[in-house]
Amino acid sequence: MNDFLFFLLTVGKILLVVVPLLLVVAYFTFAERKVIGYIQVRIGPNRVGPRGWLQPIADAVKLMFKEVIIPAHANRFLFLMAPVLALAPALAAWAVVPFNDGWMLANINAGLLYLLAMTSLGVYGIILAGWASNSKYALLGALRSAAQLVAYEIAMGFALVGVLMASGSLNLGDIVRAQSGTVFNWYWLPLFPMFMVYLISGVAETNRAPFDVAEGESEIVAGFHVEYSGMAFAIFFLAEYANMVLISALSAVLFFGGWLSPFDPVGVRVPVIGPFLGDGIQWFLFKTAVFMFLFLWFRATFPRYRYDQIMRLGWKVLIPVTIVWIFVEGLLLALNIGPWFTRGL
Amino acid sequence: MSYLQFVFYFFSALTILSALGMITVKNPVHAVLFLVFAFFNSAALWITLRAEFLGIVLVLVYVGAVMVLFLFVVMMLDINIAKLREGFVRFLPLGVIVALAMVVELGLILGAKYFQLAGHPQNQSMLPNTEALGNVLYTQYVYPFEIAAVVLLVAIIAAIALTLRRRPDSKYTKPEQQIAIERNQRVRIVKMSAEGKSK
Amino acid sequence: MALPLAKQFALMVPELFLLGMICAILVIDVFLKNSQRNVTYWLSQFSLLITGILVLTMNPGERITGFDGAFVSDPFSVLLKLFVVGITIAVFVYSRPYMRDRELFRGEYFVLGLAGVLGMMVLISAHSLLTIYLGLELMSLALYAMVAFQRDSGRASEAAMKYFVLGALASGLLLYGMSILYGLTGSLDITRIAINLAHSPHPEVAVGLAVVFIVSGVAFKLGAVPFHMWIPDVYEGAPTSVTLYMGSVTKIAAFAMVIRLLAEALPSAHIHWGGMLELLIVLSLAVGNVIAIAQTSIKRMLAYSTISHVGFVFMGVFAGTDAGYAAATYYVLVYALMSAGAFGMIALLSRKGFEAENIEDFKGLNQRSPWLAFMMLLIMFSMAGIPPTVGFYAKLVVLQAVVQVDQPWLALYAVIMSVIGAFYYLRVVKFMYFDKVEEVVPVRLKLDAGILMSFNGLALLALGMFPSVLMVYCTAAAGGL
Repeated sequence: MNDFLFFLLTVGKILLVVVPLLLVVAYFTFAERKVIGYIQVRIGPNRVGPRGWLQPIADAVKLMFKEVIIPAHANRFLFLMAPVLALAPALAAWAVVPFNDGWMLANINAGLLYLLAMTSLGVYGIILAGWASNSKYALLGALRSAAQLVAYEIAMGFALVGVLMASGSLNLGDIVRAQSGTVFNWYWLPLFPMFMVYLISGVAETNRAPFDVAEGESEIVAGFHVEYSGMAFAIFFLAEYANMVLISALSAVLFFGGWLSPFDPVGVRVPVIGPFLGDGIQWFLFKTAVFMFLFLWFRATFPRYRYDQIMRLGWKVLIPVTIVWIFVEGLLLALNIGPWFTRGL
Repeated sequence: MSYLQFVFYFFSALTILSALGMITVKNPVHAVLFLVFAFFNSAALWITLRAEFLGIVLVLVYVGAVMVLFLFVVMMLDINIAKLREGFVRFLPLGVIVALAMVVELGLILGAKYFQLAGHPQNQSMLPNTEALGNVLYTQYVYPFEIAAVVLLVAIIAAIALTLRRRPDSKYTKPEQQIAIERNQRVRIVKMSAEGKSK
Repeated sequence: MALPLAKQFALMVPELFLLGMICAILVIDVFLKNSQRNVTYWLSQFSLLITGILVLTMNPGERITGFDGAFVSDPFSVLLKLFVVGITIAVFVYSRPYMRDRELFRGEYFVLGLAGVLGMMVLISAHSLLTIYLGLELMSLALYAMVAFQRDSGRASEAAMKYFVLGALASGLLLYGMSILYGLTGSLDITRIAINLAHSPHPEVAVGLAVVFIVSGVAFKLGAVPFHMWIPDVYEGAPTSVTLYMGSVTKIAAFAMVIRLLAEALPSAHIHWGGMLELLIVLSLAVGNVIAIAQTSIKRMLAYSTISHVGFVFMGVFAGTDAGYAAATYYVLVYALMSAGAFGMIALLSRKGFEAENIEDFKGLNQRSPWLAFMMLLIMFSMAGIPPTVGFYAKLVVLQAVVQVDQPWLALYAVIMSVIGAFYYLRVVKFMYFDKVEEVVPVRLKLDAGILMSFNGLALLALGMFPSVLMVYCTAAAGGL
């Protein structure tokens, strides 16, 4: 009976994370159209519901009732499996993200490694979608995407090694706790190059502009999901946006102190709004939202990279930067340079 | 059957089935995917042994990186399975004999002392698996560890030396030259008087 | 045995230096223009020279293990490392003109060559199954790439493919044997394996199985019959400069592996591996010497001669005594010297667009360059085991060791086989001195290669006259095992 309760409790927790996440994703698409609209001096969607707020719901309904067309000679099983494989890791990764002190689904030791492993799995969805579609454009998109993900995963992994070295732990909760103190104790400052690399490779890992050659509408139509329609297409969309939210949340956790408040400990003493200024989930959500906004901003601002430029940036710039900074960090750790590297070797 | 036992048998069954699938399916892409699945399940087995580092790294390295590249290559190959299977019946007796010999040999050495479970106490240390592994890897085994790194370096050099070709006829743009270009190399402003009679 | 860390690292200063230089050369080479490739060449030679000097100066003079038994420094390893480094210097000198004529003169060749040397040094100093395997892989990986180095040559690619597939198979066999050994003894350390095997009862079948796999693995790597199939094809297909490298120095390292595994880890299993080696010896001597007679390509002929020489090396190991190990060490060092000279000669006689790889190409060498012909004569005499060259003495000590352990028939068989083998070596001599060619193409020889080749040939003669100069060190090395 106890096992059964535990099982129910876990399912409940999972729902508590996944349902809001999917809602966020839905409204993230709406926010994207609005934000980019405003940046480009347009209005964006404003017809469905008051101020267009029901637009994502309308989109969802439309997609659900559309037919999923399976192309001729496509590999039916893999074709339908691919979107699931794209979405599943994006959701599974949330198991180790701490929303607040102690608020995480699975408090495991090797959380950071788990995250890396999960984010590296997303590529299967894309590759299989490209291959199973039996379409040249899709295959080209998949190949581009695979090469890109493998390249940027290395840089991303190295950036996370930097975080690991600074905090001495692979557990995300411990990583946040290791950053406690003022804003300057957060890792964005001592690990600034790592942070930049992480952010850039995060954008690349999610196949977002300016690294969206895998879709590349103007070159290969829509890349790996050109043959998809209806719900199958919607799931790819969900996966992409869930990944963006994940990368934003991780940036907040790893480099910006997660749930920690920038006003700590002075802020708590302010009357009325004091509790809000203290540590808590609101800060985690706020920081995540800021990074999510960045994703939209990038898309509206930068033109798409050429494929060889992407490869060059990944292999010849980001990876060397991270390696050099890991070396520097090692020196700082050995010399106990504070306030960040006083943990000792 | 305890919960852990159930988990163990579940994942082992999946591992064996996917390994079988890998060597029997006709489509090479399917075979690769079965292999991926086998890796994934063995990672789960490792985690049940409280070796979470090894389990996750198996997923990270093999599933997330190696097999992706593998799939990448297999997808682009046009493998004629029928031709590969041509000699199957002819080589079957030999294969069966070798396989049987291997099975018998394995059975024979299973009696040895260190092949028993009792020879290896379970991981009792309170250190996280990652940390425990790091501790021995960088102290007791630092020499083999570094040599392994050199082996990988040599593999990279070898791969690049054997495949990198500078083709003189390819229309490759060099980014550094593109960036270093200056305005006056692209645009020439010619001052000339306007045609016709000026007023 | 726990040395302080600084002292442990001091043991492997030569390896560390070489590794540092490999990385440095790798980076420097990228910034060089094609016309400046000589810088890489000289840097490589410089690194080898300093490594050799470091091996000498860091020589502890006794047996010391470090890194929890993963690394050992003893007279045996010092002697072998010196030969590896020294012969590699000669190999690079011989291969420079050859590589340049074929547009193979690239930095990677030297980086891979040095990495291979590093692998050999690791292998020679290995004292645990883990480091033996890693050293072997480091060496082999460099070799696979070097064989395939001539990318536009179909023959080289085919050779590399064969070498790689069979090499991987051999590594697999070796690993299988090692894992059984680990399962039996619970240790990777060679000394502990030996002690454990000798003092506690083990299922004989399991020990035998481990030995079968290990012996097949090392026989594959050294190329003893029936695991020799790859040798002629790979030797012939690879660019001569690479054949030169893999035909000479790698044998020393592979021999070290045999000694570490069979003589040091498994002395108590001599009953098992003795018989297996005997079979390998009998087959190798027969196949190597008889098939070599039928060859028209000198590279193939030398490949088969390698196989028969491996048989002789195994005879020393087979004896299982200190004298036997010393004799085998002596033989393998001398063989490396001879084969460096022989393959070096092929490389030196080749020109742009012309490979001197047929025995016919040696016709009338005496007219073209009497001195080189004389050097080749010395090398061939030494390979055939004709006094007063050192090849004779090397064969003699090996035979002595076998006779001492009451195996006169094996010794007699070996003598008969080498008499058969002498035929094809002397045929080369006949071609050089007694056959005439119509047009005499003079041999253009670089000064450094000429000097080294003379040194190489004369050393065979000098060692033959004063064999004990080297034998002393071999005896000390075998005594220190």
